[in-house]
Amino acid sequence: MVTYILRRLGAGVLLLAIVTLVTFMIFYVVPRMAGQTVQQLATMYVGKAPTAEAIEATIDRLNLDQPVALQFWEFVKGIFVGATYSFGGREVVCSAPCFGYSFQNYTEVFPELMARLPITFSLGLGAGVIWLIGGVAVGVISAIKKGSIFDRLAMGVALAGVSLPVFFTGLLMLAFLVHAWDIFETPRYTPLAEDPVAWMTGMILPWLTLAFLHAAQYARQTRAGMLETMGEDYIRTARAKGLPERKVILKHGLRPTLTPIVTIFGLDIGLVLGGAVLTEQVYSLNGIGRYAVQAIISQDLPVILGVTLLGAFFVVVCNLIVDLLYAWVDPRVRVAG
Amino acid sequence: MSKRALGLAALGVGSALFLSACGGGGGTGGGDAAGTYDQATTEVVNASDEKGGTLRYAISANIESTDPGNTYYGYVWNFSRYYARTLLTYSPEPGKTTEPVPDMATEMPKVSDDGKSYTLTLRDGLTYEDGSPIVAEDIKYGIARSNYGDDALPNGPRYFKELLADSDDYEGVNADPSDPLAGFGGIETPDDKTIVFHLKEPFADFPYVLVQPQTAPVPAEADKGQQYQENVVSSGPYKFEGGWTPGNGLTLVRNEEWNADSDPIRTALPDQITVQEGVDQNEIDQRLINGELDVDLGGTGLGPAKKGEVLSGEDEKARLDNPENGSLRYVAVNTVVEPLDDEACRQAIMYAADHDSMQRAWGGAAGGEIPNDVIPPQIAGHDPDLDLYPSKDDKGDLDKAEEKLKECGEEDGFSTNLGVRADRPTEVAAAEAVQQSLGRVGIDVEIKQFPSDTFTNTQAGSPDFVHENELGLNIYGWIPDWPTGYGFLSYIAHGDNIKKAGNSNISELDDKEINEMLDEAVRTEDADEQARLYSDIDRRIMETGAILPIVFEKSVLYRPDNLTNVHFSQGYSMYDYMTLGTTGS
Repeated sequence: MVTYILRRLGAGVLLLAIVTLVTFMIFYVVPRMAGQTVQQLATMYVGKAPTAEAIEATIDRLNLDQPVALQFWEFVKGIFVGATYSFGGREVVCSAPCFGYSFQNYTEVFPELMARLPITFSLGLGAGVIWLIGGVAVGVISAIKKGSIFDRLAMGVALAGVSLPVFFTGLLMLAFLVHAWDIFETPRYTPLAEDPVAWMTGMILPWLTLAFLHAAQYARQTRAGMLETMGEDYIRTARAKGLPERKVILKHGLRPTLTPIVTIFGLDIGLVLGGAVLTEQVYSLNGIGRYAVQAIISQDLPVILGVTLLGAFFVVVCNLIVDLLYAWVDPRVRVAG
Repeated sequence: MSKRALGLAALGVGSALFLSACGGGGGTGGGDAAGTYDQATTEVVNASDEKGGTLRYAISANIESTDPGNTYYGYVWNFSRYYARTLLTYSPEPGKTTEPVPDMATEMPKVSDDGKSYTLTLRDGLTYEDGSPIVAEDIKYGIARSNYGDDALPNGPRYFKELLADSDDYEGVNADPSDPLAGFGGIETPDDKTIVFHLKEPFADFPYVLVQPQTAPVPAEADKGQQYQENVVSSGPYKFEGGWTPGNGLTLVRNEEWNADSDPIRTALPDQITVQEGVDQNEIDQRLINGELDVDLGGTGLGPAKKGEVLSGEDEKARLDNPENGSLRYVAVNTVVEPLDDEACRQAIMYAADHDSMQRAWGGAAGGEIPNDVIPPQIAGHDPDLDLYPSKDDKGDLDKAEEKLKECGEEDGFSTNLGVRADRPTEVAAAEAVQQSLGRVGIDVEIKQFPSDTFTNTQAGSPDFVHENELGLNIYGWIPDWPTGYGFLSYIAHGDNIKKAGNSNISELDDKEINEMLDEAVRTEDADEQARLYSDIDRRIMETGAILPIVFEKSVLYRPDNLTNVHFSQGYSMYDYMTLGTTGS
C-alpha cells in the first residue's frame, strides 16, 4: 500500500511540474512566437498607464529579454524561495511561495489566492456533498423503481439539470427565490468559524445551483450502473443466500457502481475547487473563479498563471485521493495497480 | 486629462450613481421619503442629521484603488474623501456643486499678482488616525509620489508635473531615500501650516487641480508606493478596518481622532461604511430597489435591464433622478480625411444629421438632451441660444445639406467610414442612426467596429490609423476632469493636443482661432470675460463642423427611501457621498 501511495504521489508531482512548464510556455513563449514584442509583453506587467521608461524597467526586472529557460528557472525558484521586484528605489518582496506578483493590483498572487480559497472551498465542498449524496440516492431509487413515476420524473429533472447552464438556473433562483418571494437571503460568504449559521444560509443557494448541475449527471450514472449491476449473477446469488434486500442493494449493488462515480467526483470536485467560475460570477462570490475572470478581462497574466496552477494542483490532488479511495472501494486495485 | 474621461466612458457611461435603501425585503412601497422624480438633481432629498447605521455600497468591478494618489475614476475621487482630506473640494451645496471650496485649507488660495503663485493655509486641528498632526510637507509628499519619477503612481493624472515650476529635474520620492523631496522646488512649505505652489505659467483653473485626491496628505514613513492602497492612513472621519486588497471589499469605521470642527464638508452620519466589490450590475440594481443595498459606488446609473423597467413605473419613478452628468456624446468629424478636410463637407453632415433619431438611439429623453453646441449646460460658456444648424423637429435640413455638398464639390455625396466601439450597444445604435440620416443625402457611411479597450489608443485615438482606414467619423464621449471650458475643451479641440496615440482630439481640429482663444481663456482670471471667450470658442467649433453632438448625456439614478441628504454633485457627476446618511440599521 505504501509503495502504491508513493508511486501515485510521484506521478502527481511530475504531472504538476509538466503543467507548470506548459502553462508557463503558454503565457511567456507562445505570445512571443505569435509576434508579440518584449515591450508588448512587458506592458501587461506594468500597471495601467505605463511610460516607456517603466516598460523598459519592467523588462529588466522580470528578465523578459533573457532566455526562456532562465525565466522559467526564476519563476520556479520564486515558488520555493520567493522573489524580489524593484520599483525605482523601492523594493517589493514576494515571499515564498511566490506565484507571481500582480502589477495591476499591486498584490502578491499567492496570498490573494489563499484569501479566496475558503470561499471556493465552501462552495465546492458544500455543493459536492449535496450533489454526491442527492445524485446517488436519486439514482439508486430510480434504478430500483425503474419505470415508476418517480423514476421518470427524476430522470426528467436530471436531464434538465444537465442541460441548463448555471447562469440560467442561478439567475432564475436569484430572481424568484431571493428577490421576488424572499425565501432565501441574498447569497454572501461569511466565514464558517465566524458564524456557522450565516455561512450556511448565505451559501445554500449557490450550493443548490451548483449541485443541481452536477447531481443530474450522478443520478443518471448511478441509475445506469445500478441497473447493470443488479442484473449480475452474484446479486441473484446474494438474494438466494437470503440476504435482506437493503443489504443486497447497498453492499453488493451500490459498491461496484460507486467506482466510476468516485472517479468523476474526483475530477469534478478538483475542477470546482480550481474556481466555480459561473456560480461565483452569478452570485457575486469572491472566490478563485471570479478572481480568474477578472484577471482574464484585464489580462493580468501573473494572476491567470497562478489560478491555472492552483486549479491543476486541485485536479491532481483530488485524483490522487480518488486513486487511494479506489484501493479502499475495490481491493483489486491495490494488488493490480 | 483624457483618462478620467476614458475611465468613465469605459464603464459604459457618463456618470451617475445611485443608491438604494433599506426597506427590508421585497418592494419599496410608498412613503414621503421617496421624494419626487429628479428632485435630488437640484435639491437635497430626505434631509436629516440622524447619525448611525451602516451605509452599504457595492460596485460591479473592483475599486480602481483606495490610494488617493493613484486614481483617475470620479467615484474614487468622491468616495476617498471619507478617509482622505484634500486642500479643496467641490461644494456640497446644491446649485454650487461645481465650485471648489476649502477643505483642509482655511480659505481659497491667495493668488500672486503674476498669477503664478498659489498660497494656502491649513486649518487647526488636522490629524491622522493615530492622532499625529497633518503638516504641509505631507501634502507636498503626496503630490510628489503621485506625479514625479519613473515610479510615479501610474493611475492618476499628472497635472502638477505639467504645471509646477522648478521641478523638471526632480526624479520622485524614491530617487534619494535620505531626502525624498530634495529638488522638488515647485511647492514650498515655509512652515507646517503653509503651502505655496509655484506655476510655470498662469493657470486660472488651478483651484480645480487642488480638488484632486492627490492633494491628500501622506506621511512619508507610511508610503509603500503602489501598495500603500492596502493600508491608507486616514485623515478623514473614517478609517479602514482591516485594510484593503483589490476585489475583497472594504469596511470603514469611525476615526475617533478626526476633528469635526476642522471639517466643513463631511457630515459623517453613518457609523460604518461597507463596500462589496464585483457584484453584477443587474444584481446591484435589484438590491437597490429591494432595499438590500444603499449606493452603487460606480456612479454610472441603472443598467439597461432595470432602467426601462423602473422608468415606466410611476411609483418607482419618484425614486429616480435623471441629471445631465456633464458628458457630451458626439461624432468626431475628422478634419484631415478627404473630403471632410473641406469645411463645407463637414457642415453638410451637421445639416443632414437626424438628431431626433440619434437621441432615440441613446435611450430617448432619459438618455440625454439634444445639444446645439459643444459645452454642456453646467459649464460656463454654454450658449442655450446657439443653433447654427436649425431644422424642423430636429430631423435635419436636407436642402441645406445638399447645398453644402455642392459647395464642397461633392454634389453626388461621398463615402466615408464611421468608427465605433463594438461592445457599446448604445454607441452602435447611434452609429446606425448617423448612417441612416447621412444616407438621405447620398453620404454613404460604412460602420467599422472596434474593441473599446483599444479604441481610444490605437484606432480612433491614432491619427495614422484614422487616415489609413479613412475613418472620417468616430463616435466618442467626453467628460472633463473639471467643469470649466478649458477642462472640457482643451483636450478635444486644441490643436496642440493632437497626439500620435491615445489622441482625444479625434477630429484633429487645429484651428488657429480656437487655439489662441483657449490659451487666452485659461490665463484670464475674470469669470465673465472667461465665459465670453468660451462661448466664442463653442460657436467657432460648431462652425468648423468638427464635432457633431449626439446628446448631453443623462444618468438614471435610483434613490432609495432610507438614504438621507441625497443630492447630485455636478463636480463628481454623481451623488455627493460625503453628505449621505441612512435611516436603516
